[in-house]
Formats: sequence, C-alpha cells, structure tokens
Amino acid sequence: MDFTAFVFYFLSAILVFAGLRVITARNPVHAAMFLVLTFFTAAGIWVLLQAEFLAITLVLVYVGAVMVLFLFVVMMLDINLERIRQGFWSYLPLGAMVGLLMAVEMSVVLGGRYFGLEGAPGPAAAPANYSNTKELGRLLYTEYVYPFELASLILLVGLIAAIVLTLRKREDGTKRVDPAAQVRVKAADRMRVVAMPAEKE
Amino acid sequence: MNFVMPDFYPAAAEIFVAGMSLLLLVIELFAGKKKGFGFVVTLIALAGAAVITYTTADGQVSVTFSNLYISDLFGSFLKLLVYVAVAVMLVYSRDYLRVRGLDKTEYYLLVIYATLGMMVMISANHFLTIYLGLELLSLSLYTLVALDRDSSRATEAAMKYFVLGALASGLLLYGMSMVYGATGSLEISAVAQALAHGVVNKTVLVFGLVFLVSGLAFKLGVVPFHMWVPDVYHGAPTAMTLFVASAPKLAAFAMAIRLLVNGLFELAGDWQQMLMIMAVLSIALGNLAAIAQTNIKRMLAYSGISHMGFMLLGLTTGVVAGDRQFALNAYSSAMFYAVSYVVMSLASFGMVLLLSRAGFEAEKLEDFKGLNQRSPWFAALMMMVMLSMAGVPFFVGFFAKFSVLQAVVAAGYVWLAVLAVFFSLIGAFYYLRVVKLMYFDKPTDHAPITASLDMRVLLSANGLAVAALGLAPQALMSLCAFTLLRSL
Amino acid sequence: MDALLQPVQQLLGPTLFTLVWTLVKIVVLLAPLMICVAYLTYAERKIIGYMQVRLGPNRVGPKGWLQPIADAVKLMFKEIIIPSGANKGLFILGPVLALGPALAAWAVIPFAPGIVLANVDASVLYVMAIASMGVYGIILAGWSSNSKYAMLGAMRSAAQIISYEVAMGFALVGVLMVSHSLNLVEIVNGQAKGWAASQGLGFLSWNWLPLFPMFMVYLISTVAETNRAPFDVAEGESEIVAGFHVEYGGMAFAVFFLAEYANMILVAALTSLFFLGGWLSPVGFLPDGMLWLVAKAAFILFFFLWFRATFPRYRYDQIMRLGWKVLLPVTLVWLLVLGAWMLSPFSIWK
Repeated sequence: MDFTAFVFYFLSAILVFAGLRVITARNPVHAAMFLVLTFFTAAGIWVLLQAEFLAITLVLVYVGAVMVLFLFVVMMLDINLERIRQGFWSYLPLGAMVGLLMAVEMSVVLGGRYFGLEGAPGPAAAPANYSNTKELGRLLYTEYVYPFELASLILLVGLIAAIVLTLRKREDGTKRVDPAAQVRVKAADRMRVVAMPAEKE
Repeated sequence: MNFVMPDFYPAAAEIFVAGMSLLLLVIELFAGKKKGFGFVVTLIALAGAAVITYTTADGQVSVTFSNLYISDLFGSFLKLLVYVAVAVMLVYSRDYLRVRGLDKTEYYLLVIYATLGMMVMISANHFLTIYLGLELLSLSLYTLVALDRDSSRATEAAMKYFVLGALASGLLLYGMSMVYGATGSLEISAVAQALAHGVVNKTVLVFGLVFLVSGLAFKLGVVPFHMWVPDVYHGAPTAMTLFVASAPKLAAFAMAIRLLVNGLFELAGDWQQMLMIMAVLSIALGNLAAIAQTNIKRMLAYSGISHMGFMLLGLTTGVVAGDRQFALNAYSSAMFYAVSYVVMSLASFGMVLLLSRAGFEAEKLEDFKGLNQRSPWFAALMMMVMLSMAGVPFFVGFFAKFSVLQAVVAAGYVWLAVLAVFFSLIGAFYYLRVVKLMYFDKPTDHAPITASLDMRVLLSANGLAVAALGLAPQALMSLCAFTLLRSL
Repeated sequence: MDALLQPVQQLLGPTLFTLVWTLVKIVVLLAPLMICVAYLTYAERKIIGYMQVRLGPNRVGPKGWLQPIADAVKLMFKEIIIPSGANKGLFILGPVLALGPALAAWAVIPFAPGIVLANVDASVLYVMAIASMGVYGIILAGWSSNSKYAMLGAMRSAAQIISYEVAMGFALVGVLMVSHSLNLVEIVNGQAKGWAASQGLGFLSWNWLPLFPMFMVYLISTVAETNRAPFDVAEGESEIVAGFHVEYGGMAFAVFFLAEYANMILVAALTSLFFLGGWLSPVGFLPDGMLWLVAKAAFILFFFLWFRATFPRYRYDQIMRLGWKVLLPVTLVWLLVLGAWMLSPFSIWK
C-alpha cells in the first residue's frame, strides 16, 4: 500500500466514523460538530484527487459558513431529545430498507460494471502548470455561463423567499432604532444654537 | 482560449425577463411606500417578453450557450401561451391579493422568476438547464404557496409541496445521472444521438428512465405522485392555486417533450408503458375522488389529476410497435390537451376568485349555490367551463379529449379509449353537480359580486374562449401540430 | 544548506526525513511567532498607555520588558476551572479550535521569495478556508460554558464573523482580479510591476493605491474578523463581561489570548501581502527582503492598537449594518469599476 492509498483509507475511516456519529450522537451540537469533521475529511479526500479548489471551497463554504449558521440554530433550539427518540424502533425497518436500497443502488453505480468503467481510460495526467481553479473558472464563465447565471437567480429566489417568509416588522410601539437614520444625523438636527443678547444682573 | 461569444439573440426573452426582475428589485428599493408598480412592471415584462419571443421565432431550430439552450417554434409557442396565462392569472389575482394584504412586490418578483423558470424549462436542451429551470420555478411556487404566512393551512401546504418537490427533484437528478452514466452526455440532443447510434447499456438506462419519469410525474401531478396536488390546491391561497394549476402545466408538458421525445425517443417503448399505467390510474382516481369533495378547490385538484392523466394518454401512443408515423399526431393532441386544460383551469379558478372577497373564500361547493340568481352571466360562463371540463361536445374540452382518444384508437388501444371514456362519464357527474347547484339551488350567499372591470372583462373573454375554441378548434390544433412538426 | 542536510537525509530515509524536516520548519516558524505574540501584548499595553498618557507596564524587568513572560508564567500556574454543567469535551476543544487555525494558516504565508513552508497553488483560498474555521472555537467555547454571557458572546461572534467574511472575500476578489492568481507569491510579485515600480517608486504600484476602497474594506473587515475593538462585541467587557471566554481561566484562557493575537499578526501579514507589496521594497534604491514584510505587518498592527485606543465599541446592529450595507456595496461597486478599468485601454495591469 503506497502512501496515497494509506492516506485515502485513513481519511475514509475518519469520514465514515464521523458520518455515523452524526446520526448516532445524542447531543445535536456534537452531531453538528461531527458533520463539520465529515466535511473536513471529505475535503481532504478531494485534495487527494487533485480537486484542490473544490476541497477548499467545501471547507470555506460548508465548514466556514453553512455549518456555523447551522450550529448557531442548533444551539438556540431547545431540542427535546426524548421526543426525537420516540418511534425510533418503529421507523427503523423502513429506514433500514431505504438505506439498504440506496446502498445497493450506489454500489451498482459506483461498481461501474454497467457503465463500462473498467474500459474507460483514466484521466490524463495534468500538465505541471495546470490550475484546477483556473480551469473551473474558465468553464463556468464561458461554456456554462447560462446555467451559472440561472443558479445565481435561484439563489436570489431563495434570498427573496427567506426574507418574505420570515421578516416581520413590528410596528406596535417597539423602541427599535434605525442605525442608518442614526448615522445620518447631523448636529443641526439635534441642537439649535440660539443667539441671545448678554444679560446684565 | 478558443471560446466563441454565445449568440444571445435566441435567448433575448429570457435575458429581458431576468433584467426586468432585477429592475423591479431596484424599483422596490427606491419606491418607498408606493404600491401598484409591481403589477405594472410584471405585465410590462410579460408583454416585452412576448414581443421578443414573437420576433425571435423564425421557425428555425437554433441552439446557443454551448448547446444548453434551444430555440424552436414549439418553445416559442408554449412560451407565448405561458405569458398569456401568467398575465391572465395576475389580473384575476389582483383584487384577491390586495384585500388580503398579499400584493407585496415580492409576490410579483416570485411570479416573474417562476415565469423565467418555465421559459428556461421550455427551451432547455440540456439536463442541467431543465433542472435549473425546474428549481427556479419550484422554489418560487413553494414560496408563493407559503406567502400567506399567518395561515397555518397555507404553510402546511407549502411544507408538503416543498418536501415532496425536493424528493421529486432528487429522483429526477438521480435519473439524469443514470442516463448520463449510460450515454456519456447531459445534452439532450447528444443523448438522443448516443441512443440512436451507440451501444448503450439498457439496464442502467431503464433504471434512469424510471427515476426520470417519476420526477416528471410528480411535477405533472399524476398518480401515484399526486399526493401533493389536493393539499396544495386546497391549502394555498386561491390566487396561488390558480397559478400552480395553470402555466406550470405547460412547462411540465414541455419538459416531458424535451426529456422523453427529444432525448429518449429511442426508449419510447419503455416510457410509454410507464406513462400508460400512470395515465389510467390518474384518470380513474382523479375522477372518482373528485366526486367525494365538498371543496371546489379540492375537486378541481382531483379533476386536474384526471386531466393530466388524459394528457399523458396522448404521449403514450406516439410509437406503436416501433412505428413512428403516429408520433406527430399523438404529441400534438397531448399539446392541445395541455393548452385547453390551462384555458379551462384559468377560467374555473378565476371564477372562485371572482366570488371571493375580503374575509370570505368562495371555495365550498355550496358557495356556488344559486349563482344564476346573483349573476346569470357568470353562472353561464361557469356552466360552459364545467361542461367543457366534463367533455360535453362543442366546448374545447370535448375536442381535447376527442383528439387524444383519436390518437389512442389510431394506435390500436381501443380498450384504453373505452376506459378513459368510462371514467370521463363518471367524472361528468361532479362537473354537472356544480351546474345544478348554480341553477337549481337557492343562494346561501347574497353578497353582490364586486370585481374590478378588467377582471370581469377578462374572465368573460376566458369563458368565451372555452366556447370559441370549442366551435373552431381546428386553428389551435393545427398550430400545435405545426409547431411540433417544425421542431421535432 | 542542502549539503548540510544530506547526511541527515541518508540517516533517516526519505519519508522520515520529510516528516522531521517539516516539523523542524514548523517549529522554526511558530517559535518566533509565539514570541511576537507575547511582545505584541506588551506593545499593546505600552502604546495604549502612552496614547492615554499613562506609563503602561514598567515593573517587571527593565522598562517592563519581562512583563509578558511574567503573565505567561502566571497563567500557566493557574487552575483551569470547568464550570458545572459545562460540556467538558467541547469546553476543552474550544480554545484548541481557536488557536489551531490561527497557526495553521501560517503554513502558506511567504516571507520572502522561496521562504515559505508550503507554496500551495491556491494559497489565498487556503488561508480564507482555514481562517473561517477559527469561529468554531469561539462558538463552542460560548456554548459549552453553559453561561448566558458566554452564549451571547458566541452568537454575536458567529454572526459578525460570517458577515465580515463576505465583505473580506469580495475585497480579495479585487486583488485576485488584478494579479490573475490565487498564489500569495504571485500576488506579491504582481505588485512589483508597473510604471511606478520602474521609476523606483515601488510603493505606488502596490495594490493599495489602485484598489484603495478594497484596501479600506479589507482593513476594517480584518479588525472585525479578529474580534478587536471597536468590533469586540463578542467580548464586550462592559455589557457581557468577557463574552465567550468568561468562564475560562488559566492556560485555557491564555490559549484564547494567544489565538487572538496570532490572528492579528496573521491578518496584518496578509494585508501586507495583498495590498502593501509584501517583502518588496517601497523605493528602488533599497533591496527587497523579509524585513519589509515585518515592518509592514508591524505598521498594520499599530493600526489595530490605535483603533483600540481611539474608538468606542460599536453597537451590535451597527456592526451588522456596516458590514452588509456599507462595506459590501462598496466592494461590489468597486469590483464593477475595476472590471471595466481592466478591460479599458487605461488598464495598468496589462
């Protein structure tokens, strides 16, 4: 076993373990942290596959932003663990069946027997100055610019949806302040200099 | 870098609509408390898109954006219909939304994005584009259904729609990845070529096809993927129901044509079987379940399921024992069915909107009691729409059913035609019940009908269109056939 | 150097040698860094002291030079108290996760041409990804302490860091656009070109001038990213006592302290690399070298201290507003301007 294979199996072992712990951990915060570990090790495996841009983006976006917000929410929630555990055993057979089915399907796909993957040539070795990032950027902004722009619109819709469904402005006498209005205030708005003649005793 | 700037001209309508949506966002930012501009801007966007689509439709099949986008007559025609349907929907919904405080700018934005999503789906030449268009449409629709956020019913409906929709998208993606694995391409025309020439592993392909058809069936709302339809139609505010039940059906039809006919035509034998089962089940279940409903939105939902089943029937008869001579006839009949369903659906939900007012949803069947005494004109329109949906001769619904059945019989499935007619006859019962309520029962609700003039005029025109298209169906039929002929 | 290493390499074998040599390099990098951190705290207290017309620490050693050592010894011998009801594992993990990224990011920082632990192709992304993980330490510390103040601090910190990362990322996009690279060495080298540099006025061709709005946004964002005053609401002594690390004492607290200052030095070094030409000499007649980088980083660090001495703390909603409604639009607009500039005939980056 060469070094790369060793690293691969090492990372995979961590990945599988962390993935399992995500669903078995009793504490949701622990589960979220294991998910972070899962992403991180997955990124490691991608680096091994020379997809360094995707790996770093995975860490940057999922670990650095998405999971932070996720953790934020999980920490704020008062999750009743007993309620969640209810019905675990009654759902287990169905869940196990679906899981098994997915495992079989994935093995069919990944096994590659049906896709003739054994015959497919491996990817050509990249030239020395090959930059994964540059290539991805070039493709995204040329060949795939149309779906790229569409994806940005989908994100925009997500943004609009989140705002329209959740943003509530309470008008009933709350003392909320508008920072923009506060910043805009000039001295003249608050203070009036009155010229008064000097008075004598 | 050997990259050629893509030709933006064929996709000008999409670009225009996207630009208008951004413009609306900016206007909203600076408009302050002023209202009403959303409606106007959206209508301008639709009108502009219609003009652009009409002028760019040159009868040629052209692709652009690295073959991700296809522009053909079929697409242009469907897009024009989508614009009209969305515009009509907007006019119908305006008062309803205003009295409920739902006419926010975000509503119009989401409608524009949904429209854009439909346009993208209609002229997709790539699985990726189909998927992105579908998501753009679906996300907007989920939000629209949930827009009345203080209504627990609407929120529940949106939640169901969202969860099941996400599942369906997953199925669709899984199917696409399978097809990609088998054919080595995501581009629809390339997939078709690979299937026509190459030796492709059939197992994976059929596996993928099952997932594709399932995802498609969900979007169309046919049995056994229909569960969301009644709940969403019922739970959503009626204006949103109207939207969900109209234009997106055209987009779903286009998606079916692009995926199954443009892409996987070689596998017609396989998918026709699947569609046939779904069609029969939908017609049966839709018509039977609709009888038991007391809520007109729910009833129309089940009726919609049966109509979509009928439309699928048209798609199942394109290839008979490897013979493709029926294809054009069959698909154009399905297209005609989809178009006429949208016309009827707009009119029927428009009528529900017409009777609704502040604090009152005219969504029970009883609310239609004695409509004849309150407004003979609208009662007559509603009667025409109901008769048309039931398939009574000389309304458009009759010719839609007739042409589909003709294709079915021509393909040799006489039993199928008999079955479809049988269930349609059962279905006629609940449509006629509405007519009976309107004409022979005493009204329980005496409030005068207060709708704006534009809505009255448009709804009348819509109702008359049901009759007019029934008297002269040939023009629309041949248009459907012509656009398909020039595009396939 | 290579000749000296040859016998060691033969003794250990190639694999082990790589491991040991990398470890040695890491130690060589981190040991001075820790000393820098220690003396940054000293500098902070002195400088702020002078700004506020005080003397600052002057008792331990001549002019107080041994003060950081004394502090370190004190903290090491203090007991680490774990509050009851705290989540013990995560409580310990918190400071570790705070310090780890602050140190790991140094792996790709070049000090001079060739003097870098790992010259990664996408080193900018690496730095951003690693730096974005530092927030976990704060969040976990805040949550696992089982204390309301700590929790509030953690929540504030999470929202703030995520918000400012966006502005920071966009500011960096400008730098990436003009240097056509994600590699820190390339970014610095890109700043050595141009008309001004050929005239012997190198400092005018650095990125800070053409990208001035980006530079400002980046500088402000880094202050927010490191939770420093005036954006130190995560600690907010006067409102939530010490925020996320209120329950920490002894060495565990010291680790947070180390992380904060290591992060400050890191972002100062990064700012110098991105906008101030890294190791490049500002004028033609002086040679380039590592000292320039140190001097520039020290200059930026002085700003950090200056801000702390000068500005009152922002209110939380004002911080959010500044990040999303001021800094972000500024970068977006400047990105458009920059793009147009680069395509126009007036481009200076041809």
